[in-house]
Amino acid sequence: MKFTLSWLKDHLDTDKSVDELATTLSAIGLEVEGVEDPAKMLGAFKIARIVEAKKHPNADKLQVVQVEIAKGQPLMEVVCGAPNARAGLVSVFAPLGTYIPGSKITLEKKPVRGVVSNGMMCSAAELELSEESDGILDLPAEWADKVGEAYIDAAGLNDPIIEVKLTPNRPDCTGVRGIARDLAAAGMGTLKPEPKLGAVEGKSECPIDIKLEFSKETANACPIFAGRLVKGVKNGPSPAWVQNRLKAAGLRPINALVDVTNYISLDRGRPLHVYDADKLRGAIRARLGKAGENFVALDGKEYAVDDTMCVIADDNGLLGLAGIMGGEASGSTEATTNVFIESAYFDPLRTAATGRKVGLQTDARYRFERGVDPASERPGLDLATDMILQFCGGEPTKAKVAGKEPIEERVIPFSYARVEKLSGVKLTDDEIAKTLKALGFTVAGKPDAAKVTVPTWRPDVHGSADLVEEVVRIAGLDRIPATPLPRTGGITRAVLTDKQKRARRARRLLATRGFVEAVTWSFIPKEEATHFGGGAPELDLGNPISVEMSSMRPSLLPGLLTAVTRNRNRGASDVALFELGQAYRGEKPEDQYLSAAGVRAGTSHLSGAGRHWDGNAKPVDAFDVKADVFAALFSLGVDPTKAQITRDAPHWYHPGRSGALKLGPKTVLAYFGEIHPATLKALDVEAPVSAFEIFLDALPPEKKKSRAKPALAVSDLLPVTRDLAFIVPKDVPAGDVVKAAANSDKVLIRAVNVFDVFEGGSLAAEGKKSIAIEVTLQPATETLTDQAIETITQKIITDVRKATGGDLRS
Amino acid sequence: MTETRTDLTKLESDLLAEISGAGDLAALDAVRVSTLGKKGRVSELMSKLGSLPPEERKSFGQTVNILKTKVAEALDARKSDLEAAALDERLKTERADVTLPVRLGPVAEGRIHPVSQVLDEVIEIFADMGFSVAEGPDIETDEMNFDKLNIPAEHPARQDHDTFYFSPKADGSRLLLRTHTSPVQIRTMVSQKPPIRIIAPGRVYRMDSDQTHTPMFHQVEGLVIDETTHMGHLKWVLQEFCKAFFEVDEVKMRFRASHFPFTEPSMEVDIGAEAIGKPGQWLEILGCGMVHPNVLRNCGLDPEKYQGFAFGVGLDRLTMLKYGIPDLRSFFSGDLKWLSHYGFSMLDVPTLGGGLSS
Repeated sequence: MKFTLSWLKDHLDTDKSVDELATTLSAIGLEVEGVEDPAKMLGAFKIARIVEAKKHPNADKLQVVQVEIAKGQPLMEVVCGAPNARAGLVSVFAPLGTYIPGSKITLEKKPVRGVVSNGMMCSAAELELSEESDGILDLPAEWADKVGEAYIDAAGLNDPIIEVKLTPNRPDCTGVRGIARDLAAAGMGTLKPEPKLGAVEGKSECPIDIKLEFSKETANACPIFAGRLVKGVKNGPSPAWVQNRLKAAGLRPINALVDVTNYISLDRGRPLHVYDADKLRGAIRARLGKAGENFVALDGKEYAVDDTMCVIADDNGLLGLAGIMGGEASGSTEATTNVFIESAYFDPLRTAATGRKVGLQTDARYRFERGVDPASERPGLDLATDMILQFCGGEPTKAKVAGKEPIEERVIPFSYARVEKLSGVKLTDDEIAKTLKALGFTVAGKPDAAKVTVPTWRPDVHGSADLVEEVVRIAGLDRIPATPLPRTGGITRAVLTDKQKRARRARRLLATRGFVEAVTWSFIPKEEATHFGGGAPELDLGNPISVEMSSMRPSLLPGLLTAVTRNRNRGASDVALFELGQAYRGEKPEDQYLSAAGVRAGTSHLSGAGRHWDGNAKPVDAFDVKADVFAALFSLGVDPTKAQITRDAPHWYHPGRSGALKLGPKTVLAYFGEIHPATLKALDVEAPVSAFEIFLDALPPEKKKSRAKPALAVSDLLPVTRDLAFIVPKDVPAGDVVKAAANSDKVLIRAVNVFDVFEGGSLAAEGKKSIAIEVTLQPATETLTDQAIETITQKIITDVRKATGGDLRS
Repeated sequence: MTETRTDLTKLESDLLAEISGAGDLAALDAVRVSTLGKKGRVSELMSKLGSLPPEERKSFGQTVNILKTKVAEALDARKSDLEAAALDERLKTERADVTLPVRLGPVAEGRIHPVSQVLDEVIEIFADMGFSVAEGPDIETDEMNFDKLNIPAEHPARQDHDTFYFSPKADGSRLLLRTHTSPVQIRTMVSQKPPIRIIAPGRVYRMDSDQTHTPMFHQVEGLVIDETTHMGHLKWVLQEFCKAFFEVDEVKMRFRASHFPFTEPSMEVDIGAEAIGKPGQWLEILGCGMVHPNVLRNCGLDPEKYQGFAFGVGLDRLTMLKYGIPDLRSFFSGDLKWLSHYGFSMLDVPTLGGGLSS
């Protein structure tokens, strides 16, 4: 919403500066986006008259002109290249030092082909008044009297433009008068009374009938339609002041009749429409559209309507989309002599829905969908008639009104104490009542049980909280005293849930392992989602911003893997990235799960990546990420050595070099392993890449142990170790050997460590391998005898054989 | 006797000469064996003791013992000298090029994303004011994201949200990606009795993409519901938050009236850019207000009894302001160079006691 200061002053009697007004507007909820002050930009440009024009001595296309820049002062010599520069021409002069906005230069004193120019004669383009740059401004000859005046003063352009960003609850401020009312309430001046109109109501009846053709259910689409015919108008350009204001507001002047409707829309927030009455056939009807109907609107485009849309029609068919845009065929032109003015109320919701459906945003829709003042049809019609009579002459008929204003009187019971209760600021009863009245509310009754009637132009005010807002925003939010929020207790207690704590801990733990945390998009390309087990139709966006962001991610890995490639394309191939965030198994809240996932690409090991004098880093493998998973789980209070490791990681992992970490058959804590070569190919990622996914929701809750730690049990006796090597079938997992050994004596055996795996030589031919373990025995009460050690060793050998079929290597 | 003494004197000077003449530890050991060993020359002297007349035995014994001690000391001294010389010799050959680079290790390389770090900071501040952390799903219903928040269908405010929708179901309903964290307000109020103090951080989504907008970003919602909390408390909480977050003693703040369907009265809040070292500008940082009576009613709370405030702030924007990060889009690029540069060490755990950013 843009308007000028002088326009505002039509409604507001004020001596405040534009800066004060702008500051207040922003403070009371009418946010000023900008103030454009022509005086700051164009103040230096003066009306001047060329007294004499001679050819430039050294250039064919230039002239040297003598310019009168102020009455009774010596003439200025100026070099001018404009073809229209001639003696007697009244134009605009810019002295040296002036910034020329159109050409973005500041004038300096320097000779032009040997002649010093003491300034510049300017074109409209140089002042950014229009695109016209063919010659210097050619002002009316009688402006010779104004020589020396600032051009913007003479041309009526010295009028700061204020732009306000309106919130959707304030339709009343889509008109300058509404803004003036708010400013007046806020102490920025006095709201002027409505101007007196001339004789707008004619003697004859309006010959054009108006019909509202709705069912009872749809009658609210257009509850009132007022109209009036003005005969014998002479259409043409509207007065300069109207055109200047429309231009300042960002509208293009068209002709007087149309400009009047646009002006009142901006001045009062009251949209209107004018028809060339000679192009209408029969009665004007407001009704719902019918499937198959269409029309060409004022923008020259054809629109099809349906039976949810409110339209205006006559006997020939559609005239326009109600409250959005009129039709081209029935619009007023320079040739219009009989004009029919429409001033109606259209339902906000239906107007909004229609506008969205046909994809049209117009100034009329903007106002109707926010809620035009339902009492404004007759006043708006009369104001339009008055302006048309002033600008175009003609003979008005009586107004014709179909239907009735949809005014529902809203009376809000209000206790003034509510203001302090909600806002914390104590205002006097007087101030509260005065503020409400200044905004147009009617206040009756005592402060503890008042009845406040809402003005028709405020559809946004429904309850006492709304009244508090009105009072407080006008009183000034800076008057609200900052008040400490009472502490809930003494010292702050921990507030995070166990899951939140774990997420925090996992994040920092993974970073200690050299991972860099990424945050990638929740939506990914559909084919990637499908590849990772997602891509279900219910997880596809209906209106994605691009195909690259169209399907909710089933896993964090696709985002991380494609980030690996992007980094590789920027020259970084040894990348370790992780993300901790949500992914989606389905559309329900419980289908959203929290995952910590990481990828290691190239040689990005825990100990470092790339080549190094002390040993080059190897390509990453499944064990790098297994170690990450184990470290993360340990830090989250879950002992991963107690979980099973199975081979059934999902298909995006390498089938032979990956694993799943489970507690029971259904609870998957994590997957880890090399990424499947086919997955890498599908996502255009270069091998090797290993990855893991940890499912934070699946982790068993941490046991609430006593904070006190159990007593430390240490034995003074030295531990004993024994090395045992077993020959087992090739497909026996080392884990089985370790487990069998460890379970042989849960008291004495403290640790079992695999220190060698050998699959080569003659063993390979037999389909076998050797697994060597180191068993650590920790005696508790007495040193183990050789006999006792031998007994345990034999039991281990027997148990391992039983579990794996393996024999001690001889 | 005299002859014997003369012999002993000579023997001593011979032996000491041999010891000092031993060129290395092996030679020295040979000397030791040939003197103090079982059949060594000094040991043999002792064996002569029995053949001497009793009156000479005592003085001879003493003399030999003195000799023995002198020789042993000389051997030890020579041994130390030779060992020191040998060590010197060895150390001359042992040289590492200590200018060779070492790997810095994972702690130097790992990074926490700026948004995660700032969220930890924000939680730290609000935890001190008694706020816990609530969460909600990204995939929401119209009811939670709009209706219950007093944003009716077809209202222009609803269109302003540029919502991502999923495909319509058979019954015409369609789910959406939450456009703000405000649905968590609703979820909290329907599941929890006042008094309520929560913040709700999370991802939100809008169909918007340019230099300053991304289709996904992060918000933090705040909500306080009880019987007395008013706009003055809201102001104080935001002022304290800004001071704590930007780690300055004073933050200039400007409260402007505004409109959000779910709050009434509503305010927008600007901070003076002095807080981030750029004086003379105002920066819009958040929207807030008193929870709208309709929203309270929609959650089964009586607006005559309960009241409180809500606010929503862009986490990414806070991050950019505090840490001088220019481009929002880079937040989600997974670019290692960007993350390494703008990310944080995992050891920089924000605490109120130790400082949020130091």
